[in-house]
Amino acid sequence: MAEGLTPGVKKRTFFRGRQWTFHLALSVTAFVIAFPLLYAALIATQTNTEIFAFQLTPGSALKSNFDAVWFGRDFAGAMWNSTVQAILVTTGKTILSLLAGLAFVYFKFRGKWIVFFLVLVTLMMPTEVMILAMFRFVSEIGWQDSMAAITVPFLASATGAFLFRQHFANLPAELLEASQIDGASPIQFLTKVLIPLSWNVIAALFVIQFVYTWNMFLWPSLIIRDESKQVVQVALQTLTNIDGALTYGPLMLAAIIASIPPAIIFVLMQKPFMSGFAIGQQK
Amino acid sequence: MLIFGLVIAALLGPLYVFLNLERRSLQRYAIGSATAVAGAAITPLVMGRCGFTEGTSGVDHLLSLTLMWGAAWIALIALRSFFDRADGKAKASAAMAGEIRTGGYRMGWWVPWVLLSPTLLILVVFLYYPAFRTFTLSTKLTKLGAPRSIDVCFGNFTELLILNPAKLVAYPLIAIAVIYGARFWMNHSGPGTWSRKGADVASVVGMLAIFVAMYLMFSPGGGGQVDYRDVYVNTLIITVGIVAFGMIGGLAVAYLAFRKIRGGSAYRTLLIWPYAISPAVAGVLFFMIFDPTAGIFTHGMDVVFGIDVPNYRESAMLAQGSIILASGWKILGYNILFYLAGLQTVSTDQIEAAVIDGASSWQRFYKIVMPALSPITFFLLVTNLVYAFFEVYATVDFMTKGAPAGKTSIAIYEIIRVGVNNGDLGRGAAQSVLLFAAVIAITLWQFRTTGSKVSYGGA
Repeated sequence: MAEGLTPGVKKRTFFRGRQWTFHLALSVTAFVIAFPLLYAALIATQTNTEIFAFQLTPGSALKSNFDAVWFGRDFAGAMWNSTVQAILVTTGKTILSLLAGLAFVYFKFRGKWIVFFLVLVTLMMPTEVMILAMFRFVSEIGWQDSMAAITVPFLASATGAFLFRQHFANLPAELLEASQIDGASPIQFLTKVLIPLSWNVIAALFVIQFVYTWNMFLWPSLIIRDESKQVVQVALQTLTNIDGALTYGPLMLAAIIASIPPAIIFVLMQKPFMSGFAIGQQK
Repeated sequence: MLIFGLVIAALLGPLYVFLNLERRSLQRYAIGSATAVAGAAITPLVMGRCGFTEGTSGVDHLLSLTLMWGAAWIALIALRSFFDRADGKAKASAAMAGEIRTGGYRMGWWVPWVLLSPTLLILVVFLYYPAFRTFTLSTKLTKLGAPRSIDVCFGNFTELLILNPAKLVAYPLIAIAVIYGARFWMNHSGPGTWSRKGADVASVVGMLAIFVAMYLMFSPGGGGQVDYRDVYVNTLIITVGIVAFGMIGGLAVAYLAFRKIRGGSAYRTLLIWPYAISPAVAGVLFFMIFDPTAGIFTHGMDVVFGIDVPNYRESAMLAQGSIILASGWKILGYNILFYLAGLQTVSTDQIEAAVIDGASSWQRFYKIVMPALSPITFFLLVTNLVYAFFEVYATVDFMTKGAPAGKTSIAIYEIIRVGVNNGDLGRGAAQSVLLFAAVIAITLWQFRTTGSKVSYGGA
């Protein structure tokens, strides 16, 4: 009985099986999950001839494929558009959500529950279900082919507002009293006290929103028709056809390039991302 | 018919008051009745009496009445929260508004409004207004880019439904009866008995009955009608496939990876990175793998097994399967991420106790780990459903473009095909309204089950 609770035995019973079997199983799983990307990386180096020969070693065309993507089709321009879009949306959403969180937690005002309800209901209103009306409306105000069309409609976030509301509510109440005694305005309170205490949540929201915005496809494919203004996910589509033929290499290379920014951000910010979620999940 | 709708609404009001309010009075019955009538009157006021005019069919009447009573019901819910506040119960509304903290700033009343105004402005202009426009568009016959439009009332909706009003009423009622019957049976059977097992089966049948009823209500096409049953079934197959594959796979991998092992965090990163991949890129990657001439899958099947795989874009099953695989692969990372976080919270004491009691590893997983993970499972179910409804659009667009014969044209893809590619905004908007209803149903189900106010994915 006593033996069954010693750490050594606990380890053996809880982690049944040998360590190497887990290493093997995890490596195989990681490989299977990575396979589509690894395969695409292989194809990205090959010419069509090499691809049709099912050559399993890196091919000779990485440089020419890159030229076709980066210079032939101005993929660089699309990458830039996506970067600007993602940064604008992410920053704007964070600021607006912080302000909304501040108002929800540190103010009492008439009609608060109505506002809360208005924001809450938008959780069940994904843009996609109203995309046709939005397409018509945004076209009417003359925003086709503009950066405004792919940023402004996405600046408000119910998710963000509630995440900060939840987080602020869990902070000690004395913070506000102290800052009021110091005579700080609400904005000073936000920038000097709340934001420094919220980096984890900000980072979590940043990752979610960056990935979400960067990966947006349907809306830009409708509202942006000018190729030079297009975002990277939709620009991929133009690469399915180069000089009237399907060339797989450039397409795969472009898909990989398009995935680099969100992948880097996700991997680098994994830790704060997870802890930010942990805060959100307390309730 | 219009009068009939209002009279029923006038009766529904007091009934609702009777069922839902603790403090009832003659005055409140009267207010309830008036609220229901006012709510029911809104839709004919906005839309005109078009659903009841000469020459409209029974289905038009039915949709008009449903809409009127639906509006009356929403008005009654609002009334109820008002009365609850007045009674000091403030159950629904205050819990929702979550007065988490009292005190705070004593400043001008306008300060919080200034802070909230950017958020509210964007939500109203770019969510509420387009939502409203979706409803008005859905009653019109209007072409993309054409300034003129014709009012067709419910025409865009009746096209999607069977034209038999009696059946349209009967099918959902039967489904509801099965569900409540199962619930009744459940409450009147002891735990662990055969009767309880029967009730369990009945409740599953009840869930399925809703989906069957919806299938039967949608039009099978022909005679100027749209074959919406096909869209419904394809959406259902692809959605269920993605959610099942993504969640079962996610849980299995997370259960393998959560143990403390050397290099654990490196493995974790290697398992969850597809979260950052876009649905469009997922489409491109699997487009390559399954390509009938250059793809490794077709070639590999031929070389290794000698199987000649047909072009996946020409076989309904293969096309749907490849969409499910690509989308399931993409959502896998997200699910692994959350299941890993959830598994950290499972009590190791309980597992140890189970080991001492001689529980097999499957029993430990099924009886301890699964129940502990159920909140996360539920959360993932909802986010996965929303992903399968909308984000999969890009994957479909790269892989199959709806081929073969619309078998991979899921609801959102169909909306764009009809609304943008065919330029038929009104018809597309009507389909959007149906999808909207599905999303609302899922979200309400989520709120009801968890009482949670926060969603973490997407916008």
